[in-house]
Amino acid sequence: MENYGTGNVVLEINSLNAYYQEFLAVNNVSMEIKKNYITALIGPSGCGKSTFLRCLNRMNDLIVGASVNGEVLFEGNNIYSDNMDPIYLRSRIGMVFQKPNPFPKSIYKNIAFGLKINGFKGNYDEAIEKSLRQAALWEEVKDRLHDSAFTLSGGQQQRLCIARALAVEPEIILMDEPASALDPIATLAIEELIKELKTLYTIVIVTHNMQQASRVSDETAFFMVGDNRSGYLVEHDETQKIFTNPTNTKTEEYITGRFS
Amino acid sequence: MHKNQDIKNHINPQRMSRRFTEKLLYILFLSSVSVGIIGLAVLIFEVLNNGIPWLSWHFLTDYPSRHPKEAGLFSALMGTIWLMFMTAIFTVPIGVGAAIYLEEYAPRNLWTKIIEINVANLAGVPSIVYGLLGLSWFVYYWGTPTEFLGRTLLAGAMTLSLLVLPIVILASREAIKAVPDSYRDAAYALGGDKWQVIKGSVLPSALPGILTGTILAMSRAIGEAAPVIAISALVYITYIPSHPMERFTVLPIQIFNWISRPQDDFRGLAAAGIIVMLFLLLTMNAIAVYFRNRYQIKSEE
Repeated sequence: MENYGTGNVVLEINSLNAYYQEFLAVNNVSMEIKKNYITALIGPSGCGKSTFLRCLNRMNDLIVGASVNGEVLFEGNNIYSDNMDPIYLRSRIGMVFQKPNPFPKSIYKNIAFGLKINGFKGNYDEAIEKSLRQAALWEEVKDRLHDSAFTLSGGQQQRLCIARALAVEPEIILMDEPASALDPIATLAIEELIKELKTLYTIVIVTHNMQQASRVSDETAFFMVGDNRSGYLVEHDETQKIFTNPTNTKTEEYITGRFS
Repeated sequence: MHKNQDIKNHINPQRMSRRFTEKLLYILFLSSVSVGIIGLAVLIFEVLNNGIPWLSWHFLTDYPSRHPKEAGLFSALMGTIWLMFMTAIFTVPIGVGAAIYLEEYAPRNLWTKIIEINVANLAGVPSIVYGLLGLSWFVYYWGTPTEFLGRTLLAGAMTLSLLVLPIVILASREAIKAVPDSYRDAAYALGGDKWQVIKGSVLPSALPGILTGTILAMSRAIGEAAPVIAISALVYITYIPSHPMERFTVLPIQIFNWISRPQDDFRGLAAAGIIVMLFLLLTMNAIAVYFRNRYQIKSEE
């Protein structure tokens, strides 16, 4: 029995290539994601970091024409093997998107939906309160659980989306620029939340904002666009090292803002 | 000075003609709009003028009669309501099902394209064609030898369903297409399978649009005279259908019947019948507009 405790590798990516039809979007990426770490993926637009993220719970399968080869080992099992059920996989590896996307339902039902489709049999009220507390939203919405989710502000909606992902109790949460559509104050609230969540979850976050990466993450992976417009991984290390003393000169140039 | 004059001479005539064209076009377009509106206004005025004296409670609750003063359209009104609900029961599941298949399941290939083009074309087929199809198929082919269908409410509802199915399919497809992909992504990311995503996320968001399309399709169905006359023929019915296997009449047939009578009084009755039918149609369209507006407000938030 292997140990998947804090700091151990929970996701191991080996030579991952992602294609849209013929176009190679992610070129031969290998890296490891550690348990209860926050791993930030940074890099310029079009470097494949979002595509790479969506490959980690097979959300990319849903895009017509997308295909993947290589290996992603989740707790030792290849998620791209034939006997892996992507639907089950996504309940273990959740995702939060760039734009808050609550369902056009009440706050309560937004969270209940994920529980219901995963066959939750316990007490819904308790589970919903728990996930809203974890997402630091409970105090703001406890008196209006049955209001439409659209009555919330953008930042609250995004925390609701996080609560919705947490309710399913995944191991890993993938976040695709979760704060890019929010104002600075809401962004800080999300960042605080992400830092608190890492005691319970492993988090992989794509961000355009390098300050954000340096503020929240333990490890940072820097992606670049290659000559053939394919994205590839330049460097992956502890966040502090990436931001103070990167090995690769391209990383240093990007961090210091010499190109973007 | 001389130069200025020159420019004026050059520019002014052109200006004049441009202004004239603009005015002319304005008047042209305005009159195009007026033709439609005035036509409708005259029609409504005529109908109201002739029909209002005949409108009364007994007109709604009495059966047709040879004596204009005693005639009512109770059987036709109830027949229309019967027919509308039965048509809805057939159309909604089949229409929405077809739309879900085409939008969510169908592979993007030539075959799907052919189906899509056909559905769009069927929406434009004249209604009498459906009436004759229903007559030959439901009434005669399935009716006479077995005495099963015949000129019944069921045959009428099946015929009208064929007529409005393309409309419901097209409207439902538009509504499903308008659901942002981010709703689907959200449901998939929670571990939903395809049907859970459709049932829990796509359909609830598309529901107002589907409802709007369905109501509009139903209001087309109840206004159609041709196919129902083909199925039911011009009948004189003095009972309310109690089950789907009975004969029936509907408002357009009753109105048609009255108009074709020689006596002037029946023309008043026909106008009153038209008022009742217009009221029904406008109510349904108002409900459709209400749903559409609510939907728009929701999606803008």
